Amino acid sequence: MGQLGRYFIFLYNMFTNRENFGVYVKMVVNECYQIGVNSVFIFVLVSTFMGAVTVVQTAHNLISPLIPDYVIALVTRDMAILEMSPTIMAIVFAGKVGSNISSELGTMRISEQIDAIEVMGINATSYLVLPKVIASLIVYPMLVILSGGLLLLGGYFAGIMTGVITPHEYAYGLRADFIPFNVSFALIKSFAFAFLVSSISAFWGFHTRGGALEVGIASTGAVTSSCIAILIADYLLAQLLLVF
Amino acid sequence: MIEFKNIEKSFGEKDVLKGVSGTFSQGMVNQIIGASGTGKSVLLKCIVGLISPDVGEVYYNERDFIRGNRDTQKAIRREIGMLFQGSALFDSKSVEENIKFPMDMLTKMSIDEKQDRVNTCLKLVGLENSNSKMPSELSGGMKKRVGIARAIALNSKYLFCDEPNSGLDPQTSITIDNLIKEITEEFNTTTIVVTHDMNSVVEIGDYIMFLHEGYKKWEGSKDEIMHSEQPELLDFIMSSKLVREAKKHWH
Repeated sequence: MGQLGRYFIFLYNMFTNRENFGVYVKMVVNECYQIGVNSVFIFVLVSTFMGAVTVVQTAHNLISPLIPDYVIALVTRDMAILEMSPTIMAIVFAGKVGSNISSELGTMRISEQIDAIEVMGINATSYLVLPKVIASLIVYPMLVILSGGLLLLGGYFAGIMTGVITPHEYAYGLRADFIPFNVSFALIKSFAFAFLVSSISAFWGFHTRGGALEVGIASTGAVTSSCIAILIADYLLAQLLLVF
Repeated sequence: MIEFKNIEKSFGEKDVLKGVSGTFSQGMVNQIIGASGTGKSVLLKCIVGLISPDVGEVYYNERDFIRGNRDTQKAIRREIGMLFQGSALFDSKSVEENIKFPMDMLTKMSIDEKQDRVNTCLKLVGLENSNSKMPSELSGGMKKRVGIARAIALNSKYLFCDEPNSGLDPQTSITIDNLIKEITEEFNTTTIVVTHDMNSVVEIGDYIMFLHEGYKKWEGSKDEIMHSEQPELLDFIMSSKLVREAKKHWH
């Protein structure tokens, strides 16, 4: 509970006593590049293969001849939009970006770079963390959209190559019983997860004490805490937005 | 002038500072000395506001730093320059960007003014034409010099140095000490140096405060330190061969 309290104080400090808006613009652009562009490769790789595996495994499990083949595409689409792109990729995001944010800030802390900022009277929490959080909120939804498209594309190629579904059936399945709100739901989740991963990882890094060993511990803690927060938020958002 | 009264600080069960008071004067190199773990760096961090003391008061030219309002604290902080033990240069920024950083963040100087100031500071610390180098390309002594250049970039009234000689060879240590002394005299700064290097005390110390187990045990000038009979101070300074020789010579 103490950690949770410190986290909320950390968030409060991040949004209060900010520097001029102009200071953040260049930093946000840099962070978008660091967080977004540098994550594209892993997102492309993971999404494409997850799509392919989803199609093959769904086809393997649908053994009843009464179920039409286009259901494979329908299942893949809903899994991609509702869970895989926003949630599973958030776990990947936590591993790639969260650990990076935590170790960067942790190293800055133990080498007194954060103290050097604070001694000048600059709000280090806001200066260092806010650009990372804003950049995550900008780029993660884009990565989720990219991931969703690649999941469906990976599934399409796997389906065609293994012969479990025809291109026509796949295209039909993607359009069948489509609920547009699911896309909005996925994007809402992506904003929530981007905020959680970036802020929790920054919190761990910012409060690192000690040396290299502690930076490693903070990095592991950041990824673990981010994953737990993602899963809890996923359940709460599903309950809130889909059930009610 | 910096005045601090009755500073106490504990970390858990451990009492690090036990009611330390003192005054640091302008235009002098004020040194806080003592063995490792006696609370020198904690005292320094309490004075600059990086650590909040449990009890005590800190005044910068009679302005209350701890209980003062946010504007007062901000104004004081902008008059502070600090050289950290590991230099604390920003890894991702070049030498020039490191020195420009406080100007970018805290002033509305034009690009040309900032450039002039960077070049002036680099010249002062003897690192002309090192503008584009990255911290990873610098030696320990050069990093300290860039750290000093960044600390004085805004014409700081108060210069704090946390173990400026740590990790440096004796010759470079003397160069850094002399640089700190020159800056103090040229810009009339209130300089506070935390050190356990007795050579540095002999070289540049104007006023010395000795801490032992969280207490202030002795204060005075570097001439007075040679006559001191304070037992803990004697134990501390006699560990330096240079001081032993100096004291022998003195008597």
